[in-house]
Amino acid sequence: MIEQDWIWGFAGGLMIGGAAALFLLVNGRIMGASGILGGLVDRSGWGNAAERLAFLAGLVLVPGALALALWPGVSTHITPNMAAVVAAGLLVGIGTRLANGCTSGHGVCGISRLSLRGIVATVFYLLAGGLSVVLFKHLLGVI
Amino acid sequence: MARAVFAFLAGGLFGAGLLISGMTDTTKVQGWLDVFGDWDPTLAFVLGGAILPMAVAWLVAARRRAPTLGGAFPPAPEPRLGHNLVVGSVLFGAGWGLVGLCPGPAIASITWGGLGGLVFLVAMVVGMLVAPGVRTGIDRLAAA
Repeated sequence: MIEQDWIWGFAGGLMIGGAAALFLLVNGRIMGASGILGGLVDRSGWGNAAERLAFLAGLVLVPGALALALWPGVSTHITPNMAAVVAAGLLVGIGTRLANGCTSGHGVCGISRLSLRGIVATVFYLLAGGLSVVLFKHLLGVI
Repeated sequence: MARAVFAFLAGGLFGAGLLISGMTDTTKVQGWLDVFGDWDPTLAFVLGGAILPMAVAWLVAARRRAPTLGGAFPPAPEPRLGHNLVVGSVLFGAGWGLVGLCPGPAIASITWGGLGGLVFLVAMVVGMLVAPGVRTGIDRLAAA
């Protein structure tokens, strides 16, 4: 870890939590990325589609503009292994809908209200994530 | 209209935080999950930094009758865990570790994520579409 990385991490984390706090106190909604998108995908959230679409527009446009203006050459460093990308995308899509939440919904919004479901979900996706890196990086070497 | 404006602001602040914190960098995410390799603790600071203001927000919400723009606050969390919470979280975690993207960062990085980012997002949406069928199958297995 580079020295300042944790400062950027903490500052970015405060912004993520600040966004979740704003969405709860002003709009009365839980800021869960998979739920906001998933409700549009499976039509269960079409009753407040405008609010969801506006959230997603901000989520795409603001970091996009920031990256364009301040961070030339920014990269996700995503693996070129497209089979892994497709498999991971499917797993994340299915898993977050089954669990009804992801890192933002269960991790940030759930843990902060001491929700047992949020804590249990976070423990299991962190364990599975750690084992997945061990398996695919260290044992199989595909990523 | 006000709901959409504040939703846009929340989404924008969330996305900016994801970019600045390193959550959209798959190598940093995998470095954090890689506890048996060269562990990178940055994301613990991200999660800690995010939980702090949100914990305050839940305390404030508990003392207020309604959100600023009306409506109601979310109900208390469902106490029942259920097998889908565990199975879903394990599948999600496996995918998160494999490529290093979870849903928020996958959406936030779409303008600079290239073909790989786009393919991931499309696969994630397909996964969300087939999830109800998978849930039915798992419920049948659990009942059997």
